[in-house]
Amino acid sequence: MSELNGYKSGSNLEKVLRAGHFAVTAELGPPKNADGEVVRKKAGILKGFVDAANITDNQTAIVRMSSIGAGVIAFQSGLEPVMQMTCRDRNRLGMQSDLLGGYALGMRNILCLSGDHQTFGNHPQSKNVHDIDSLQLVQMVVGLRDKASLQCGEEIKGLNPRFFVGAAENPFGDPFDWRPYRLGKKAKAGADFIQTQLIYNVPRFREFMKRVVDLGVHKQVYILAGVGPLKTPGAARYMRDQVPGMDVPDEIVARMEAAGKGIEDRKQKAAAFKEEGLRICVELIQQMREIEGIAGVHIMAIEWEEAVPIIMERAGLLPRPVP
Amino acid sequence: MIVAEQKPLKEIQSLVGEAQTVLIVGCGTCVTVCFAGGEKEAGILGSLLRMSARMEGHEKSIGEVTVQRQCEWEYLDAIGDRIAEADIVLSLGCGVGVQALAERYPDAIVIPGLDTKFMGLPLEQGVWAERCAACGQCILGLTGGICPIARCSKQLLNGPCGGSSKGKCEVNPEIECAWQLIYDKLNAQGRLDLIMEITPPKDWRTGRDGGPRKIVRQDLRLVVTEEA
Repeated sequence: MSELNGYKSGSNLEKVLRAGHFAVTAELGPPKNADGEVVRKKAGILKGFVDAANITDNQTAIVRMSSIGAGVIAFQSGLEPVMQMTCRDRNRLGMQSDLLGGYALGMRNILCLSGDHQTFGNHPQSKNVHDIDSLQLVQMVVGLRDKASLQCGEEIKGLNPRFFVGAAENPFGDPFDWRPYRLGKKAKAGADFIQTQLIYNVPRFREFMKRVVDLGVHKQVYILAGVGPLKTPGAARYMRDQVPGMDVPDEIVARMEAAGKGIEDRKQKAAAFKEEGLRICVELIQQMREIEGIAGVHIMAIEWEEAVPIIMERAGLLPRPVP
Repeated sequence: MIVAEQKPLKEIQSLVGEAQTVLIVGCGTCVTVCFAGGEKEAGILGSLLRMSARMEGHEKSIGEVTVQRQCEWEYLDAIGDRIAEADIVLSLGCGVGVQALAERYPDAIVIPGLDTKFMGLPLEQGVWAERCAACGQCILGLTGGICPIARCSKQLLNGPCGGSSKGKCEVNPEIECAWQLIYDKLNAQGRLDLIMEITPPKDWRTGRDGGPRKIVRQDLRLVVTEEA
């Protein structure tokens, strides 16, 4: 561990959090093709504005460039990646070999996920794996790092991968009362950081965080609150009505709807919606900063990476620390 | 029980093909109880096949017989003569029944008339639901009698995932979230401590992942090998 100066992984994200800064991560969705230029362009937009960016892993069960492949391009473009890994597409052999390969290619952060069910995506006929679950994946990655052993218990001879290990939690998933305990289980599994599902219902999130703080879980793991700019009232309604486990209050939907009132020109209307979405997002970030136990935010601007620098500027989160 | 559903008639007809003498073999156990392949269903299917053959202008000889348990060879011995006369044997047993017939009568052409769905139970008249995935190492003692392997869409051992919403699974609002059920049961019984600890990865060797399974009980065998 000596060459890491006491850090678990030495990643920028780890250093920022350890130094006590309010951390910011964003999301970079790889393309549905083999064009590395798309990743380079998106990385160029985010570079310097966030501490690290999650590279999604076949998100919503739709085939995209791999998280490792796109992550390497982001890394080479000067943006620190958070490699995402779901339990849907690989068994423990595939996962560990990708962890070894990803580390060798420069990955230092990982987010461990169950993965959206494949019936949502573009290959609903496929077989899913779920050999291990996301909690067990956290344990496995921590084992590679802290015990230098594979999941089977076999010792890793030579360099072992030392990731800064993340997990997700949906504060609005049910059963609501169980969620803080499940977060505690993720901390117990050895997670270093947590990124939450998108938050729009702040009072309910406060209630969740109060329980998390009462359990002392916020002292065991850095919690990054998930926020994101809405593009249209339709997107807000869709998330409110159609996405399981999402909680978008009516007042947010109403604000988005009101933003376009009286504007005839379609382009101007779209711009007004986006502006309101950005405004809500910045307000959410300010509210998150006030909540005890929150160590940063994770900005999910899906297919709208350009929004991130604007949000960061307006939220007063620039320049980013260089720990 | 094993729950099955009859295949669409068109598929069955295409499997039967040009065969002239067809013997439909029903089963008196699980598939009788789930109204898929018992004596009654064998009779109805026989009539349907006869009628449609006649409408298409050719005559087929279609017979029906139902055995008490198609998944055991000894119950199949009594129908040997009927099988010998048939060009094709249309089994209305589960996948085990089809194979038991095919193994007992190696010369017979045996085709399935059912799609075997799952091991489950009837929730009400006409509604069945899956309950067991035969993983080979039962964990129901830790999960309040609700199986996350068979009933969680992601087979989570440390659930629920973020898609659990108002007691339903993200996959489909018709599916109950197994982990909501587990939580509610254990909470009501004051046994949440059972899921406070992290459940380690499952050893799937006891399931189908270890290869096709077999149980050998030396205490029951009539011919005991010397090695035993």
